[in-house]
Amino acid sequence: MMRMKSRHAERVAGYLMLAPFLLLFAIFVVVPVFYSMIMSFTHYNIIEPMRYAGFVNYIELFTNDSLFLTALGNTIRFAIIAGPVGFLSSFFFAWIINQLRFKTAFSLAFYAPSITSGVAISVVWMYLFSSDRYGLINSLLTKLSIISSPILWTKDPTFIMPVIIIISLWMSMGSGFLTNLAGLASINQEIYEAGRIDGIKNRFMELWHLTLPLMKPYLLFNAIMSTVNALNMNDIAVTVAGFPSPDYAAHTIVAHMNDFAFTRFELGYASAIAFVLFLLNFCLGRVFMKLLGSKDE
Amino acid sequence: MRKLLKRRKRFSWGWFFTYALMLLLVCFTSLPLVYLCVTAFKPLDELFLYPPRFMVKNPTLNNFFDLFTTMDSTVVPFTRYIFNSVFTTLATVLSAVFICSMGAYAIEKLSLPGGKIIFNIVVYALMFSAPAAQIPIFIAVSRMGMIDTYWSLIIPNLAVPMYFFLFKQFISDIPQPLMESAVIDGAGPFARYFYVVLPLIKPAVATVSVFAFISNWNNSGGAMVYITSQAMKTLPYAVASISDGSIARAGAGAAAVFLTTLPTVLYYLIQQKKVISTMAYAGIKG
Repeated sequence: MMRMKSRHAERVAGYLMLAPFLLLFAIFVVVPVFYSMIMSFTHYNIIEPMRYAGFVNYIELFTNDSLFLTALGNTIRFAIIAGPVGFLSSFFFAWIINQLRFKTAFSLAFYAPSITSGVAISVVWMYLFSSDRYGLINSLLTKLSIISSPILWTKDPTFIMPVIIIISLWMSMGSGFLTNLAGLASINQEIYEAGRIDGIKNRFMELWHLTLPLMKPYLLFNAIMSTVNALNMNDIAVTVAGFPSPDYAAHTIVAHMNDFAFTRFELGYASAIAFVLFLLNFCLGRVFMKLLGSKDE
Repeated sequence: MRKLLKRRKRFSWGWFFTYALMLLLVCFTSLPLVYLCVTAFKPLDELFLYPPRFMVKNPTLNNFFDLFTTMDSTVVPFTRYIFNSVFTTLATVLSAVFICSMGAYAIEKLSLPGGKIIFNIVVYALMFSAPAAQIPIFIAVSRMGMIDTYWSLIIPNLAVPMYFFLFKQFISDIPQPLMESAVIDGAGPFARYFYVVLPLIKPAVATVSVFAFISNWNNSGGAMVYITSQAMKTLPYAVASISDGSIARAGAGAAAVFLTTLPTVLYYLIQQKKVISTMAYAGIKG
């Protein structure tokens, strides 16, 4: 009886501790999400009242909007490379930096692109990828006589996506990298001592048999975050290639969505795009949860 | 630990190349930061040089003097913008870390019925971003009477699914026996959160607070939408209005961007030191 009572008290306390988050989460996240899901089944342009539209927006999206399909293709092409490479490199570099001296300095330099404002970054890449012969890469390639005339890095549709991928990999080391550093810091160092006694000979065996299994919860977090970030990429594409980009080579789903939301004010249609993007995220997220989830997920 | 240090001290070509490679890479990633510093000290003619030159040739402090004279002539004292930014950012960071970590702890360690469903909803919410979702957020902020108050820059930014998710992953790693022994010692649910969980997830707290600091410090959207009076605006707005297209003030603008980036760098260093010091004495796993 005593036990039951204290269990009950624990739960009440638990809900009370969860309450602030849950309340704010409901108001500022859940309600807006449902609102925009409902809106995806309507026509709404802010000025006129909302009109029910059924699945019209979704049908339009897949049958009558070739630009959306371009955006979908571009986004998937970007995410397939930038997602996994970003995920792996953020772990790899955190793992290396964690073993170096002057860790804090190294990590700051590595995290710098996420700290600095967009202006600084866009100026730096402009300096590297500028399309005239003054661009660092162009001038280098010209000097080595690999090319005779400057390559239009940000204007030629064949180069736009690769350039965007390079820049975003360099920039988005961000959250995954820091999470990995924190994860590595919470591993008990004695485990490695014990591992050495158990016959672990080098750093790579350590990594495979000890570090990686212990990092699983953080790797799940990072896998989901890098998927979400890759599928939602747009800022870099707009800064690099402008909007609309030449030949729509850098047109992403989010670019398409923002175009309908903020310039055409077709919020119903924009919401339908948001929902398709969510489904894409959701499916990939389920895969990662199956692969990396612990027993309770 | 001592053994590890010893092994690191020995010179080997493997480590030599690792350091060399990392240094090279880090030179590349730190370019934006270097650029910010360098630009703040460029004289006006070098700022508009074409072709652009990365490094500064004749460094000068003029930009900073320009900035201070510009700051003196604003209607709202500049220190007010600094206060607005510092206050709302720190309030948001502290509250977000507290609210999200406490909620994640409740779900992970107090076996609440429905906790798993809530957690799944949080993770899926992370994946949803829609422009139309801005409308109900705006309605909520205005119905709650928060327009043109500091609250509008704090309250909507507290329940962040990403922070909750990260805390939950770190808390799930705290060994159950440790939690149970705290129960036996008579610690209630809140005491266990405060005295057992929080100290053990210090690296996660430091990491989330860096994320929260950077995103709120640089965020100009909230102040643009919810704040109408000049005196309540935050630094990104003030910095943008300093240069505001005028060529004569470009130097002052560069100095302002440099000075507003400094707090983020400092905050990062302070928090990252905490992560590393956790590592030095012991982790929680195992």
